[in-house]
Amino acid sequence: MAELTDLTVAEAAAKIAAGEISAEEYGAAWRAAAAADELNAYLWTAEHAESLEPDWNGDGESAPAGEGEATPYGSNAPAPAESGPLAGVPIAIKDIFTTQGIPTTAGSRILEGYRPPYTATAVRKLTAAGAHVLGKTNMDEFAMGSSNENSGYGPVLNPWDRGRVPGGSSGGSAAAVAGGLAPAALGTDTGGSIRQPASLCGIVGLKPTYGAISRFGMIAFASSLDQCGPFTRDVTDAALLLGVMQGMDQLDSTSVGIEGGIELPTREDLAGLRFGVPRELGEATLDAGVRAVFEATVARIEELGGQIVEITLPHAEHGISAYYVLAPAEASSNLARFDGVRYGLREAGDADLVEMYETTRSVGFGPEVKRRIMLGTYALSSGYYDAYYGQAQKVRTRIAQDFDAAFADVDFVITPTSPSVAFELGAKTDDPLAMYMNDFFTVPMSLAGIPAIALPAGLAAPEDGGDGAPRLPVGFQIAAPAFAEQKLLEAAHALEGALGFEAAAGDAIPWKGGARHA
Amino acid sequence: MPEELEAVIGLEIHVQLATRTKMFCGCELSFGDEPNVHTCPICLAHPGVLPVPNEEAVRYALKIGMALGCEIAPRSIFHRKNYFYPDNPKAYQISQYDIPICGEGKLGDIRITRAHLEEDAAKTIHVGESGRIHGSAASLVDFNRGGTPLVEIVTEPDLRGAAEAAEWARLLRETVRQLGVSDVNMEEGSLRVDANVSVRPAGSTELGVKTELKNMNSFRFLQRGIEAELERQRELIGAEGTVEQETLHFDPASGDLTSLRSKEEAHDYRYFPEPDLVAIAPTEAMLQEARDSLPELPAARTARYEAELGLDEAQARLLAGDPDQAAYFEAVVAAVGEAAEPRVVANWVTGDLTAALRAADDAERPAVQPLADLIGAVASKQVSHAGGKQVLAILVADGDADVAAVIEREGLAQMGGDDGELAGIVAAAIEADPAAAEQIRSGNGKAIGAIVGAVMRETKGRADGGEVNRLIREQLGL
Repeated sequence: MAELTDLTVAEAAAKIAAGEISAEEYGAAWRAAAAADELNAYLWTAEHAESLEPDWNGDGESAPAGEGEATPYGSNAPAPAESGPLAGVPIAIKDIFTTQGIPTTAGSRILEGYRPPYTATAVRKLTAAGAHVLGKTNMDEFAMGSSNENSGYGPVLNPWDRGRVPGGSSGGSAAAVAGGLAPAALGTDTGGSIRQPASLCGIVGLKPTYGAISRFGMIAFASSLDQCGPFTRDVTDAALLLGVMQGMDQLDSTSVGIEGGIELPTREDLAGLRFGVPRELGEATLDAGVRAVFEATVARIEELGGQIVEITLPHAEHGISAYYVLAPAEASSNLARFDGVRYGLREAGDADLVEMYETTRSVGFGPEVKRRIMLGTYALSSGYYDAYYGQAQKVRTRIAQDFDAAFADVDFVITPTSPSVAFELGAKTDDPLAMYMNDFFTVPMSLAGIPAIALPAGLAAPEDGGDGAPRLPVGFQIAAPAFAEQKLLEAAHALEGALGFEAAAGDAIPWKGGARHA
Repeated sequence: MPEELEAVIGLEIHVQLATRTKMFCGCELSFGDEPNVHTCPICLAHPGVLPVPNEEAVRYALKIGMALGCEIAPRSIFHRKNYFYPDNPKAYQISQYDIPICGEGKLGDIRITRAHLEEDAAKTIHVGESGRIHGSAASLVDFNRGGTPLVEIVTEPDLRGAAEAAEWARLLRETVRQLGVSDVNMEEGSLRVDANVSVRPAGSTELGVKTELKNMNSFRFLQRGIEAELERQRELIGAEGTVEQETLHFDPASGDLTSLRSKEEAHDYRYFPEPDLVAIAPTEAMLQEARDSLPELPAARTARYEAELGLDEAQARLLAGDPDQAAYFEAVVAAVGEAAEPRVVANWVTGDLTAALRAADDAERPAVQPLADLIGAVASKQVSHAGGKQVLAILVADGDADVAAVIEREGLAQMGGDDGELAGIVAAAIEADPAAAEQIRSGNGKAIGAIVGAVMRETKGRADGGEVNRLIREQLGL
């Protein structure tokens, strides 16, 4: 019999519901896998729960009797429902989601030891569907980064090659799923933080439409861009998790939900669907291996009956510039609450107020976070607002209009997910601009607020590797109009079947046992 | 000769809305409770929380906007106002900036610039002698107040004096009170008035450099604070000095104004649109509901009393400012009908009745019909004014008393000149005081008072003063 951890979430949930496998054994297998984390993918797992005194509301005192009921996942974890589409399924949660009583740091030292008094809506929806919190995953500090090297708790290693990055900012979630440490994980995507690590780790990553899933309890980086989404091994699981998590939330005024909900995709062909390839892709900086996989995937789309159409996104090239004004501007405001007054780190508590603020923030934040706070503060300053924030908003509007124009003609827009495969640890840490270019293909969709999925499409040799370096996964991105997730998932499902990545990559895939047990 | 300097004053008024819960979370509003009991992760700004606007607060803001004749924005948006301070847990206040919910309006003669929605800060208490953060031993924060819905009303600089500013602020308070959207209590801080004060040569249309006055927690202090600042500015300019733009803190105990120029005031608020909230777009039904719920407000009622009832402005404003009294007044006017002018009714209601109620330890007003009967009886000279006041005292004690019966029972029916009884009493009074009679004859008109007084005493007020005067003069051959 295949190992329990070889099952997809949909398969496992069906078998648990049918009584074919035991939820306890399935859960135990994943807890053991998570506990064996060698990738620094987790900041907290259920095994830490034993050493954690119940601290229900983060005030340092024990939970009142009757709350914080003991479960194998820890005394404080939100109690999962007994039945539901995810009954018995453990899921890894990016440490940016608040989990009541469970340490939540957003990858930052400024929140070290912080145990939130409430649980994020997305996590509550998962547990309401029967899922368990398997652990909290490592990430770039406050989701700022594309390599997970900006974590306050050390970098995450790519399970395909431990000398390389898993991408970021949801690097821990991507590595956990790819590395066989979790069957699925939650991430957040502000400019590519789900899609790029999914691409670099060879798994499926879905960024839904802005507003599809509640942001309540997602520690804000850039509020107008942040969106939660799943990391899974396949498109079906992505649909399953999206269906559970999507929906209007009374606690998030910007949430909308997806009308009609989400069904598991079944489509096997792409007949009659039009796929737009941006003309601008021709001049884009792109690894040759990534371009080759992209072109092969385009050929597969045509074989499945899809039609390839050239489109233009004339303003997309300015996406990165606009993004790196807007996101830091919002971040500078969102991160101002970490001041040492009410929770988290406090340094120099005996000095005067301003000194306490300054010292706490100097010690608590890492260099990339400080860089973006300064950038954003500057961009919003009196006298500079119009030139930076105002101008960037105009670019954002133009990019959204570009997509609107494209979708008048095509069903989807397709691009590579990332310009390269996973790069070596440390390769770009001294060059923030080079690091920012990782988001070149993902940022425009974030600015437009539209859904996009990253699919593993093939393997390519890294350009920075020597002869005989192992080939690494390459992602393929499909973007759709706002709230067209069902259609997007159907197309991705058809393409996934035709690409046969899992079969083609075979034992090179870490979760299949090769790398994990090596 | 020094040129005359005209006062130019605008007000910024913060009104705490009396909603059940806070502006962006479900915590209940409170005043005077134990510190930090009305808090949640949202109003304490824990990581990951989001604001959700209070619909009731939006409805209240619409009412205020309509009462002030403001244009209501079809879509208004929130901004973040960024600054670090312990009373501001998100390190930004959610407020409105370039598109407020209520735009230009007018109350009385004063133009309203805008009225917008925002959230209140928490309360900081600085422990130590100064009572301010500088030099304090410790600072404590009570988050109960943090997140209370506020409407900030800003006027144009249309006020021309301290007394006028205080008078207008009272009108605004009365207006907001009658909407039922706020306690408008200045001492408790549910109504807070800041003043922007400047002076300029009389007749000039340019604005001088203004200072902002804060912490005037009563109308009296508002007036005193503005008076003190106007005097300071006039002296400064008289001595060839210049006014600096600054914020001044009013100390009610000493009456002093001290500058708040310090680090806590040097802000670039870095306003930008609040990405966690969508635009407020009131539906036609919400607008209609707000419109329908508006009572007749003091300014409109004052104008109506002047135009339709012929009251003078001071009396009209006095009646219009108190909705209960205004309703009572109008009912009495209707019951009196043609028997007396509304102006006469107003005199009774604001004068003799108010005094009688006060004299009877704030007794209840009598029923409408007895008072109307009484006013009619006095107007038709069935009873003298003095006699009427005696009847009124009885009405205040027994609100349903029958006026005619009281007049009869107390023997207060006015004595006319026809039956000779009054003439006899007058003759007796003249005889009893020949010295006064002589003075009247020799042209000292004031001396008549002594004789009138004697007649009134003798008649227990039943005589008509005019008739008594006439009889005295007649009998003295004048």
